[in-house]
Amino acid sequence: MNSFSYLRVNSTREALNAVAADSGASFIAGGTNLIDLWKYDLSHPDLLIDLNQVDDLKALKSTGTGGVRLGALLSNADTAYHPVIESRYPLLSKAILAGASAQIRNMATNGGNLLQRTRCYYFYDANSPCNKRSPGSGCSALKGYNRIHAILGASEECIAVFPSDMCVGLAALGAVINIVGPNGDRRIPFADFHRLPGDRPDIDNTLKKGELITSIDLPAKGFEKNYSYLKLRDRHSYAFALVSVATGLELEGEIIKDARIALGGVSHKPWRVPEAEDLLRGKAVTPENFAQAADLILQGAKGYKYNQFKIELAKRAIVRNCMMALDPSTQRPGAQPSL
Amino acid sequence: MSVKPSVGQPVSRLEGRQKVTGTAKYAAEYNVPGLLYGYVVSSTIPKGKILNIDISGAKALEGVVEVLTHQNRPKLAWFDLQYADMDAPPGTVFKPLHDDEIKFNGQPIALVVATDFETARYAATLIKVDYQQEGFETCINNSLHKARDAKKGLATVLKPPPPKPEGDFKKAYEAAPFKVDTEYRHSPEHHNPIELFATTTVFEGEGKLTIYDKTQGTINNQVFIANVFGLQYKNVRVLAPFVGGAFGSGLRPQYQLFLSVMAALHLKRNVRVTLDRQQMFSLGHRPQNIQRLKFAANESGQLTAMQHSAFVETSSYEDYTEVISSWSHRLYPSKNTLFEYKVVPLDLSTPIDMRAPGGSTAMHAIECTMDQLAYKLNVDPLELRLRNYAEIDPSTKKPFTSKALRECYQQAAERFGWNKRNPQPASMPRGNKLVGYGMATGVWDAYQFPSRVEAMITAEGKLVVNNAVTDIGTGTFTVMTQIAADEFGLSIEDVTFNYGDSKKPFSMFQGGSSMTSSTGVAIVIAAKALKEKMLKKAKGIKGSPLAAASEKEVVFANGRISLRSDPSVFISFEAIVAANKGQAIKTTNMGKPHALKLRKYSKMTHSASFVEVEVDKELKIITVTRAVTAVAAGKIINPKTARSQISGSMIWGISKALHEESIVDETLGKYVNPNLGEYHIPTHADVNQLEVIFADEKDELINELGVKGVGEIGLVAMPAAIANAVFHATGKRITKLPIHFDELLE
Ligand SMILES: Cc1cc2nc3c(=O)[nH]c(=O)nc-3n(C[C@H](O)[C@H](O)[C@H](O)COP(=O)(O)OP(=O)(O)OC[C@H]3O[C@@H](n4cnc5c(N)ncnc54)[C@H](O)[C@@H]3O)c2cc1C
Repeated sequence: MNSFSYLRVNSTREALNAVAADSGASFIAGGTNLIDLWKYDLSHPDLLIDLNQVDDLKALKSTGTGGVRLGALLSNADTAYHPVIESRYPLLSKAILAGASAQIRNMATNGGNLLQRTRCYYFYDANSPCNKRSPGSGCSALKGYNRIHAILGASEECIAVFPSDMCVGLAALGAVINIVGPNGDRRIPFADFHRLPGDRPDIDNTLKKGELITSIDLPAKGFEKNYSYLKLRDRHSYAFALVSVATGLELEGEIIKDARIALGGVSHKPWRVPEAEDLLRGKAVTPENFAQAADLILQGAKGYKYNQFKIELAKRAIVRNCMMALDPSTQRPGAQPSL
Repeated sequence: MSVKPSVGQPVSRLEGRQKVTGTAKYAAEYNVPGLLYGYVVSSTIPKGKILNIDISGAKALEGVVEVLTHQNRPKLAWFDLQYADMDAPPGTVFKPLHDDEIKFNGQPIALVVATDFETARYAATLIKVDYQQEGFETCINNSLHKARDAKKGLATVLKPPPPKPEGDFKKAYEAAPFKVDTEYRHSPEHHNPIELFATTTVFEGEGKLTIYDKTQGTINNQVFIANVFGLQYKNVRVLAPFVGGAFGSGLRPQYQLFLSVMAALHLKRNVRVTLDRQQMFSLGHRPQNIQRLKFAANESGQLTAMQHSAFVETSSYEDYTEVISSWSHRLYPSKNTLFEYKVVPLDLSTPIDMRAPGGSTAMHAIECTMDQLAYKLNVDPLELRLRNYAEIDPSTKKPFTSKALRECYQQAAERFGWNKRNPQPASMPRGNKLVGYGMATGVWDAYQFPSRVEAMITAEGKLVVNNAVTDIGTGTFTVMTQIAADEFGLSIEDVTFNYGDSKKPFSMFQGGSSMTSSTGVAIVIAAKALKEKMLKKAKGIKGSPLAAASEKEVVFANGRISLRSDPSVFISFEAIVAANKGQAIKTTNMGKPHALKLRKYSKMTHSASFVEVEVDKELKIITVTRAVTAVAAGKIINPKTARSQISGSMIWGISKALHEESIVDETLGKYVNPNLGEYHIPTHADVNQLEVIFADEKDELINELGVKGVGEIGLVAMPAAIANAVFHATGKRITKLPIHFDELLE
């Protein structure tokens, strides 16, 4: 049988010790991704270290610098529906609620969401070549059915996308990830956490072996007045994004003081182009200006046989979402397009 | 007070409570003592040979009892014919673990049997297989050069090839002032019932088996197992008391049944085999197809020429067919016709009927072509249908037993508000969206098959009715109980309908929307015979007050036979059975279609669907905002379960039009989305307002009950109505299914 040991830990220290002692160990949080990977024969932990009893990791508190700290073990649902998040970071709340299903969000945790693996069909099929799963075996998606795949930042080795919605919101907000590990504590800015595939598509992010995510810091600025999350997909719920956009705007009348735009469903990481946001600063909130920013964000985009449409779709989605951000009251459930 | 008739009442499913409280037991839930668990090892290549299969690692594992492969399996029936089930298409039936040949990806190549499921599943991962892969083809687009006529066989009776050409299509088409030339393409689809395919085989001693199986046909599978394994029919009992959806996938015995029985006989143990979701993608599916149509009309919008050529996937070993190219002429008159059907063999498993097989495939293409023609002619799409309305079946020139399609059109159009439609495409904005209205016609066969029913009145004066039919979630159990209750004037609480058991009298597998007519009519026939018998007994009782009564002079109601003229004169059912020495009074009778009489008629159900969609102007996201379907299907026995059938099919129509597809990777020769996360069906957010109308349709010819069946007709018109609405909203005609919103991006 597929036998393994199970350890329930009560502190991060205990967790770190346990993971350091067993090279085949894996943390388990909500298990909504890990168990699937296991069933697909893609992950074979011999020790499960259950983090769910570590109460410290479930807190939502102030960062002390005006921001909010989200515990890594806080569930996606509890985060999205938390009054502080709903009022101060509604963009994050909307992004989370656009993902998965109510049942999955109840189980899924914030830390686990950051670490979920791609939904590339070929990655999940242990019998197809996949450089992410078995380096050097090739990329089936490159010449295969690549409708759901990347148009930005991909490599010849891998065109998988990172599927999270929550992380698109976190990228737009400019969150920081707090990590503890055998070599001390680290703080990683969100933009540096996930990586592009390059020639090591097997590595999704910069978290090192034996490290544990403890929390995610949201900066003081939450764009709570003008924000929007838009998710375009093949059905209105319970499907991953073909293209998603998180937008936060800070306005002075009709003039943009600060803008954040992050794209999901298009790359190996949430896609943000600071130059495009700079371009919008000081400009008026017009579709033309947003379209200019969109062109900049999509610069260098490359489509494949089945996903060429994503380039034009992403541009239109950016413009629409920026317009939707001007009046969040018009937004609809499920991050469907409105106006 | 006499008991109110039950037929026509919206009776809730009798087994509903069991289902929602989890007490209904399905095939994989019979925990018999000493049960062993089988797990299937599936091929990972689409075509080739097994060079070597190493089972040593698996066999060495503690808890593994046996590993069966083509090399060590027990000897089986030799002749292909013995494997042919009642629904087998012409060709050579697929025989699991037969030899080293691989015919499709996911083909079962070994069965691990262990003392628990987890061990079996783990052991399966330890089996190492070397293959010699051969060239393969899994995509119809690349294989059209292989298109050919289908072989004929038993299945051809139910699925005849298209009728011969009439008139001179080519000449008429060329001469016509208005014409359209179109091509439609469909991706394959899998049934994906929520209940996984499973069989629990109970070994009852030498040569005797009780089998709990997920199936639509208990007797079909009983006969199959007896033939293949050389057992006596009477020693094989197949039970399927609850079936968690099947939609056609359970029409033929599936390989988990075969493997579970093989292991049980070989080991003389009880064995369960359950497939997982991914493995279920190696069962049958709705085939890929390409359809080419050419329709032409004269100035007044009457069709003058129709061509419909269908190219449809089959496997390399069986010639599966559907009825596709014949439908347009069963709906619309045209003097010149040309219909073709070609099979295209691919290296995938044999397709199998899936809800409204052929009909939903064909009518999408036909009714979109009609929509195109309406635009060419500049007439309203509904008006075009009415101008081509057939009062008799144009393909056979026979009258219909009944046809209330006109009423369907009228009632649904009115309810929908079709007259508010601006015919101009992209002309109805709503905020940032374009609204589109589309309509389409549905048509389906009204089948009836022979069915035998045993009916009896017990010592308690209750009615018991037995038939082997299944209830695949359709409401069959409830509806049969209602029909039986009314025959005897009993309330449904006093009727027991036993079903889902091959030991009960014969029923065909549950398909083709035929069960209410087939078993329902058999119940009426058996009830009539039983009533005669009861009356005869009653009259024979000493001093019987009914001694002189004729059949016409008595009434069966409230557990009594009483005089019509004076209800105070009666004999109770109990008294009659008591007079029969307490022995239940029973009879077994066959119900069958009035073939001779019905040969002169065409028997069909009809429907009309009207759909509103919204399409986002820039992003092109499509939403079906509302839909109305009117159905003409004869008498509706239970408006509640019937409505569920129609609204469920309408949702399926949304699925077929916008979501559902099994994506084939041509390079790897496999489906890449074999799970419910990526095989998209509508969520609640995709389903908005649905309305169902049953048009009044009295049919005194079709059968004793006047019923036609509602299991499939609700799906047939929906995909075309949606596609037409998308065209109306955007001016863009997408000719493939499913429609992906991005195809509307300029
Ligand atoms: C059918 C389905 C649909 C979905 N749809 C969407 C969608 O539309 N949008 C979307 O965004 N997501 C979607 N998801 C993904 C879902 O959001 C993730 O599975 C979930 O967020 C993972 O969190 P978890 O707590 O369950 O992680 P787990 O499965 O428990 O863990 C995932 C990984 O993270 C590691 N890990 C967990 N916590 C920590 C920690 N604190 N420190 C270090 N390592 C840790 C684990 O070891 C494991 O490797 C979907 C999932 C499913 C199954």
